[in-house]
Amino acid sequence: MNNLLEVNKVSKHFGEYKALNEVSIAVPKGSIFGLLGPNGAGKTTLIRIINQITMPDSGTVHLDGDFLSPMHIKDIGYLPEERGLYKSMKVGEQALYLAQLKGLSKTEANSRLKFWFDRLDIGDWWNKKIQELSKGMAQKIQFVVTVLHEPKLLIFDEPFSGFDPINANLIKDEILRLRDLGATVIFSTHRMESVEELCDDIALIHKSNKILDGKLVDVKRAYKINTFEVGLRSENHDVLKQDIAEKFSVSNAHFKTLENELKLNIKLDQDENPNALLNYLTSKATVSHFVELIPSVNDIFIQTVKNN
Amino acid sequence: MNHLPLIIKREYLTKVRNKSFIIMTFLSPIIFMGLIALVAYLSQLNKDKIRVVTVLDETGLVQDMFNNTEHTHYNILEHMSLQDAKKLVNETDGTGLLHISLNVSTEDDENTISFYSKEAPSLGFITDLERRLEKRLTNLNLKRKGVDIDMINASKIRVDILQESFEGEKTSKVDSVIKLIFGGAAGYLLFMFIIIYGNMIMRSVIEEKTSRIIEVIISSVKPIQLMLGKIIGTSLAGITQFVIWLILGGVLVSLTSIFFGVDMTELQTPQREIVNQAMENPEINAQIQNAANAFFSLPLVNLVIAFILFFIGGYLLYSSFYAAIGAAVDNETDTQQFMMPIIMPLVLAVYIGVFTVIEDPHGTVSTIFSFIPLTSPVVMLMRIPFGVPLWQQIVSLLLLIGTFIVTVWFAAKIYRVGILMYGKKPSYKELIKWIKY
Repeated sequence: MNNLLEVNKVSKHFGEYKALNEVSIAVPKGSIFGLLGPNGAGKTTLIRIINQITMPDSGTVHLDGDFLSPMHIKDIGYLPEERGLYKSMKVGEQALYLAQLKGLSKTEANSRLKFWFDRLDIGDWWNKKIQELSKGMAQKIQFVVTVLHEPKLLIFDEPFSGFDPINANLIKDEILRLRDLGATVIFSTHRMESVEELCDDIALIHKSNKILDGKLVDVKRAYKINTFEVGLRSENHDVLKQDIAEKFSVSNAHFKTLENELKLNIKLDQDENPNALLNYLTSKATVSHFVELIPSVNDIFIQTVKNN
Repeated sequence: MNHLPLIIKREYLTKVRNKSFIIMTFLSPIIFMGLIALVAYLSQLNKDKIRVVTVLDETGLVQDMFNNTEHTHYNILEHMSLQDAKKLVNETDGTGLLHISLNVSTEDDENTISFYSKEAPSLGFITDLERRLEKRLTNLNLKRKGVDIDMINASKIRVDILQESFEGEKTSKVDSVIKLIFGGAAGYLLFMFIIIYGNMIMRSVIEEKTSRIIEVIISSVKPIQLMLGKIIGTSLAGITQFVIWLILGGVLVSLTSIFFGVDMTELQTPQREIVNQAMENPEINAQIQNAANAFFSLPLVNLVIAFILFFIGGYLLYSSFYAAIGAAVDNETDTQQFMMPIIMPLVLAVYIGVFTVIEDPHGTVSTIFSFIPLTSPVVMLMRIPFGVPLWQQIVSLLLLIGTFIVTVWFAAKIYRVGILMYGKKPSYKELIKWIKY
């Protein structure tokens, strides 16, 4: 089986309120899966169902081919958005406790913690209390605790919040490394640029329904609008624009260039070859800029949510 | 995976290592003993004080009974008018003037004996004087009327009605007092334990919510395990504290005796003297003997077993309420509205124990409330020394355990939903809704 996690038609009500409506997702093994959606869409409920914190009213969840059960707790590492640690407990003791709750033996947990604390260069914090650490420092420990038991499935809810750019990058590299070592990652965030950078697949949940999912490239292909952004050097912008507008659908574009160029977005029909456009443009003026417009995850997010 | 032992261990260690817990554990017996030592010291200051009582006995019949004792000196006046005697005593520092007028043996005048003083003397002192005078004057009267006092003393008989149930359980009046003390202590201990450590559980649940660690924890542990772990861990910490208090209390009592040279049990003060004199009274001695017998005739085995079972049952029942409340709110100030329904039955139980069980330990009210699970631990513990049929104890205990299981189930539901709810103060309506989730 290629999917590590399969959520099948899961629904969840809270009283009258429907938090999830027959949501299905499939997370391929060894991928980074972006779980997107506006605030209150139902992402956290779905994540909590995967973590067996809440039970679904209907629908099934399978992990690695098996029906999700309490024995899978050790296979999942979860970094919730609302996260914290016992403030008055020492870092080392606390990490050991949380690791043991995930089923590690004390000695095993101890040696793995040593490895991670050295790796992230936080060894001297072992005997400090959480309340003596800054928020970013506590977040690092939280990250270590989440991945320590080497779960098959890692779920990160806004993992970068509270980190400075350097540490955010460090954590990002660690996530990618864990993925390369075979872990599967579910990644929930509102930062679209990190989705763009990290995710192989995405699913978009809006108002309790899944409204979009698939491989990120496929989604982008589907949202492609056959539009090219061009920059043209010419003496007379108005005349040139009129000429082009007679043959293609044209609108003004905005991007940064060095010279004063005519900037246009030119939309082609589905079957038109971009080469024809390029040939036409080179015959008219000097082309300094020719780029196909690929919709960003941000655009797709906003567009899909608005249309629903 | 069963993480209960791990959770209990953490809860226990966190509580026990907590600074304020340590301070409370070691400081409160010291403060308590310090206060006792202070009182002892202050009464020692009184020790050397000598009470000087001036006696003006116009009859000359009783003055020979006033012999000086360690703390009381008697100053016998003779051939002096009351006016002069009053003036004299008023000018000295004496405690007061005891005046016995000539009319003392005629029964129609009530104000034959008076005590004049600057400040009103203590009740104990006056009672003691009255008792002694009464005895002496009665004997004199009897003698004058030709009655043989030795014969009266010889024919005196003491009555202590032995009460026995048809099943053969023996009790007496003194027994009842001892039973009351036992039951009361057990009930009150449970009451205190619930309030102190129930609150501790509640705070520790709230702490987990405010520190936002809860979601991390319950992704690896079932909420009900976490809740039970908390309740058991905190209880063990509570028991530890209690045991330390007992040991420290014992050690401190002996230490203060050694260092201050104060033997708390043998404090000789003017007050004590009167009590000791009363003790010499054979009737009271007999009663003390009775009390000792009463203690050993208590159903001790039953009492201990019932105490342990009802204590655990009652404590766990209330703890689960506290845990649920902690889960439902965000901070301690919001707990007030939910505390009332918990404290009410507890206070009711103590009142019933104190007022009804004394009056009628096997009456309808006492019996009913010793079955209702919210009040049964306290009321039943107070009733048991009076002898409660085994079937009643068992039924009450089963009801308690049954209610505990149901309550834990409901509390766990509220707990499960509540620990993930932030920001708003829930109403009762919402709590009921949570149970249905």
